Amino acid sequence: MIEDWLERKQVCICAGSGGVGKTTASAAIALGMAARGKTVAVLTIDPARRLANALGLRELGNEERRVDAGVDGELWAMMLDAKRTFDELIEWHAPDERTRDAVLSNRIYQELSNALAGSQEYMAMEKLYELSQEGRYDLLVLDTPPTRNALDFLDAPRKLSEFIDSRSLHLLMAPGRFGLKVLGRGTDVALSVMKRATGIDLLQDLGEFFRSFGGMTEGFRERAGRVNELLGQRSTAFVLVTSPRRDAVDEGIYFHRRLKDSGLPFAGVIANRVQIGGGPAKRRELEDLLGAELGAKVYDSYDGTRRLAERDQANLTLLRRRLGRTPLIEVPHLPDDVHDLDGLRRMDKFLFD
Amino acid sequence: MSALLDKRLVVVTGKGGVGKTTVAAALGLLAARSGRRTVVCEVAQQERVAGLFGVHDVGHRELELAPGLFSVSVQPERAMHEWLRHQLKSGALAGLLGHSRLFGYLTAAAPGVTELVTMGKVWDLAQAKRRTGGSTFDTVIMDAPATGHALALLRAPRTYANIARVGPIARQAASIDGFLRDRSATGVLSVALPEEMPVNETVDLERRLGEDLGLEIDQVVANAVLPARFSSGEAKRLRKLDGRGTGKAAQAAVAAALVEHQRARSQQEELERLRAEVRAPVTTLPYLFEPEPQRRELELLSDRLEETL
Repeated sequence: MIEDWLERKQVCICAGSGGVGKTTASAAIALGMAARGKTVAVLTIDPARRLANALGLRELGNEERRVDAGVDGELWAMMLDAKRTFDELIEWHAPDERTRDAVLSNRIYQELSNALAGSQEYMAMEKLYELSQEGRYDLLVLDTPPTRNALDFLDAPRKLSEFIDSRSLHLLMAPGRFGLKVLGRGTDVALSVMKRATGIDLLQDLGEFFRSFGGMTEGFRERAGRVNELLGQRSTAFVLVTSPRRDAVDEGIYFHRRLKDSGLPFAGVIANRVQIGGGPAKRRELEDLLGAELGAKVYDSYDGTRRLAERDQANLTLLRRRLGRTPLIEVPHLPDDVHDLDGLRRMDKFLFD
Repeated sequence: MSALLDKRLVVVTGKGGVGKTTVAAALGLLAARSGRRTVVCEVAQQERVAGLFGVHDVGHRELELAPGLFSVSVQPERAMHEWLRHQLKSGALAGLLGHSRLFGYLTAAAPGVTELVTMGKVWDLAQAKRRTGGSTFDTVIMDAPATGHALALLRAPRTYANIARVGPIARQAASIDGFLRDRSATGVLSVALPEEMPVNETVDLERRLGEDLGLEIDQVVANAVLPARFSSGEAKRLRKLDGRGTGKAAQAAVAAALVEHQRARSQQEELERLRAEVRAPVTTLPYLFEPEPQRRELELLSDRLEETL
């Protein structure tokens, strides 16, 4: 089924809230497509150790590595280093060495690129764009970073270029009143109030920071625009990974609606770790079969399983109703945790058949 | 645990989907029951705690869910306004700045500002004398986002203290940072599931908290631990049946029991690994077969926390 979703697609973006098995699903999709003859790269941020080991990722920096998966196609994987991607981006955009060094050594740049939330999201999209431009792969699978809001990453390119491009800040630093007028009346008042709130030194430091970007802002803005274009292309497919739990399903419904509203290409939903139930059992029958004690325990255990299965199906019914004609794949909760190539192969038949 | 609840702020984090909100709410209930005026504080546009108590009206203001237990969902814009009002000592000036396009551009675009003002609000809630003049709390329980984002939140004050160096932002950020890194004031509780990846993430969190912030995990809660329902002898008997049940449903029941047994065993292995690999004490909470946890389940979990912490 996934194969139909990804026919003629070059980019597959797996999104979803944390803990639903997004990394696992991304890896299983990539492995499955590679097994079907494609040259595939999966980009992931910070997968758990054993999955990373299985994919040969632990020793990686910011480059793709071939995974020895014994497939007809090729499986490549990389673990993204947000800080390095950011640095590379600066190197790429900088018109000359002086500008490059000025930015890379700027104190504020070092603090922001290292530490703050949001840069991972942007860098993931950035790397995706870079690899898609290189064109070495039939398919790129992006495991989006864990954000509480599954959609944060969509805004990341715009937000970053706005920050670097903050005209307001350039104007803020520019001498004279002309710039401030552009921002509307009252801005110079706002500026003087802001100095009181933040302190003049911070504003001066920020000014230096933005000046260090020099002529790079235009490049950043253009690039962010192209990254956004890539997301909307017909060769891109968004896949939502969700668990059948209520909160994840609610977020999935919201996500689906927002993608549709933004005109982004939505391929389908993977409901991961769905509890499988069964028909009602009779306590008496089990007790006859297994003796009173064990029979009762099996009954209780099965009763719990069935209740969870009913909950999962109720939530998925709600999800299906909201999705309309968008396809949904159910992957059952497998008895073993999936954390290696064998585990990924066990998911294959649910994703691809 | 009582030591944990004696801290003014308890940060609850862990991998996505491990039950952080449920544990934070149960911990809040326990703190309130022990006579501490407690607030459970949600961030990053999340508003789920009140719903667990059947209350469907949440927001930036504090809402009483149970005797002595409040919840609040921090809205960064409101938190920013509160901060400005305090800083400028004037609501009118704060309003002016808050509505200016210049300021809007700056704060919307600058990475980490949301995190900084969010932590500022959490910090304010935990102060004996609040700058917003609100009522005070003995215990603040922060239902933090998943590990990576939680680390970014905890780091934001220090980042801004470094960026600003001097001036009001540096001062504010440094006091928030100092509070977060004062182990007598702030505690960290990490929630994990006894599964491969959440255990790895908890181990990783402990390392990164130490390296990046000089913090430690005070308590690990392994959530949703399945009962050890079947002995290995019983499991063997069930396996021997090998589909020879009387009816289809009985067969399915036996198969489900064996799956549960297998999961429970793999959970025990992961639990052992968790205990071996983290320095912090590990306690467990039982798996709830209830589809959606409600007040009754929260009470049950907080009883368990009381016994074990």
